[in-house]
Amino acid sequence: MATKAERELENIEKHIAQLEAAAGDNQEARQRLSALHAQVAQLRRQIHSQCEAWQKTELARHPQRPYTLDYIERIFSDWSEIHGDRSYADDPAIICGMAHFHGTEVMLIGHQKARDTKQKVYRNFGMPNPEGYRKALRAMKMAEKFKRPVFTFIDTPGAYPGLGAEERGQAEAIARNLREMARLRVPIITVVTGEGGSGGALAIAVADRVLMMENSVYSVISPEGCASIMWRDPSKKDVAAEALKITAKDLTELGCVDGIVPEPPEGAHADHDAAAALLDQTLLKHYNDIKGLSTDALLDQRYDKFRHMAQFFKEEPA
Amino acid sequence: MAWFKRTDTELEVSPDTKRVRTEGLWVKCDGCRQVIWKKDLEENANVCPKCDRHFRIDARTRLELLLDPGFKIEDTGIVSTDPLKFVDVKAYKDRLRKAQAETELADAILNAEGTIKGKPVVVSAMEYAFIGGSMGAVVGEGITRAIERATFQRHPLVIVSASGGARMMEGVVSLMQMAKISAALARLDEVGVPYVSVLTDPTTGGVTASYAMLGDLNIAEPGALIGFAGPRVIEQTIRQKLPDGFQRSEFLLEKGFLDAIVHRRDLKDYVARALDFMAA
Ligand SMILES: [Zn+2]
Repeated sequence: MATKAERELENIEKHIAQLEAAAGDNQEARQRLSALHAQVAQLRRQIHSQCEAWQKTELARHPQRPYTLDYIERIFSDWSEIHGDRSYADDPAIICGMAHFHGTEVMLIGHQKARDTKQKVYRNFGMPNPEGYRKALRAMKMAEKFKRPVFTFIDTPGAYPGLGAEERGQAEAIARNLREMARLRVPIITVVTGEGGSGGALAIAVADRVLMMENSVYSVISPEGCASIMWRDPSKKDVAAEALKITAKDLTELGCVDGIVPEPPEGAHADHDAAAALLDQTLLKHYNDIKGLSTDALLDQRYDKFRHMAQFFKEEPA
Repeated sequence: MAWFKRTDTELEVSPDTKRVRTEGLWVKCDGCRQVIWKKDLEENANVCPKCDRHFRIDARTRLELLLDPGFKIEDTGIVSTDPLKFVDVKAYKDRLRKAQAETELADAILNAEGTIKGKPVVVSAMEYAFIGGSMGAVVGEGITRAIERATFQRHPLVIVSASGGARMMEGVVSLMQMAKISAALARLDEVGVPYVSVLTDPTTGGVTASYAMLGDLNIAEPGALIGFAGPRVIEQTIRQKLPDGFQRSEFLLEKGFLDAIVHRRDLKDYVARALDFMAA
């Protein structure tokens, strides 16, 4: 579903189109209408830059937003998917595979959402089970063995809170990934493309560079979940979204991410090719920044980054 | 053991007198529904003498049970600066102040250095009474400092978890503590220093999904609620009631995620024995 402001703008554009048809070859009317066009475009940019946290959440969840495979198709070549955690199952909510990035062999790992109902169920709405995280770790270990950089794509409402997930150790799978990613001996670059849903996102996001797309969100809990717990009222989701500080700008200010990936003026959902091109440039820049580092320097920098991240406390004399 | 034993019949009190007496001297056990004398409970390490139900204990009591006398409290006075200026129906700042007054702690963590049966250890104990033992920047820093101390001194680490998970009022700041702590645990692991994780009731969310599950040994007290998602969230997701005992210690042991379930009275012996095995 498109955001409310976006729908209103679309209505205005339709009116303009109707007026254009009626204007015929009245030059003055045509000029005014083209000015209105420019105004609409300007408004659209404003809405997007001033977008409140809840609107960002809606954009991050936009059904036409590019998903991991959409980016892989546009940015990488020779994609060869690898499946399974070698212990229980293959989890379609996380995809892993080998690919080429500007001539370099890389490992790609990402949450995968889907658009039609059948595919959504198959992908479990992008909510991984433990075997998804274990598959991701296996792929990372393989990348480490063959000295290939890892790129991860974050877009999940969260790790799946189901019966089987608990039985098979969702918590253990996430915990292990956090520890192993912290010491993985190859470069890791992460981009939050849509929803960064808590531990289920972080479990593949302990990276040398963590980037957020302009209209993505990253949070410890969904705005709805927070609203029902803290306000005891799920309809307060917009207030909760604002309070939780979940936008790319918020996370940059809190020092929890390393950069923002620009999106096309109307948002990534409106132009997948343009969004992918912008992401490609940003990924390349960050990869070039870190690819020359020695393994020790890379690991020290990664450790120091997370060690000193989010240190919001003061020390009082005992 | 208790020097004051009572027979069951003596505990059959009328509802009225029970209400009066439970204030202070008596507690009703949620496990066996019996009324127990509070002093009996305390002398039994807050484990029900009748049904072995493990009551929650505060961080200070935990350290006293686990460590030899004369241990040293560390890392006090670290206080949250409320990074999001979070206000829901109440201000987080006020919640913090209230919890600090009630627990006499700066946050939900108490670090100590000491010995267990003569063996030097670094211990971090979580305080459930402080905003549900939730993990924000202060808990994250406290645990990380304990891990770093253990790494630097080459002394074994014991973390006793009791937590509902991440502290929502610190948003993504609380989430990042999971990465920070896990990274520190990777370094502890690299130098081969032992880490025993003790999971107590309850250990859920981001705490389970980071350090609580990363011990060389993960051991739990009997009957503790341990999981990633909370039971209510799971029930809402699958739209059915959860089976009895789901996400309890015994369930996790059966599923292969715990090394052992250890009764509170045996915990110190068990950890000491494990440290013998893991000592260089
Ligand atoms: Zn009992």
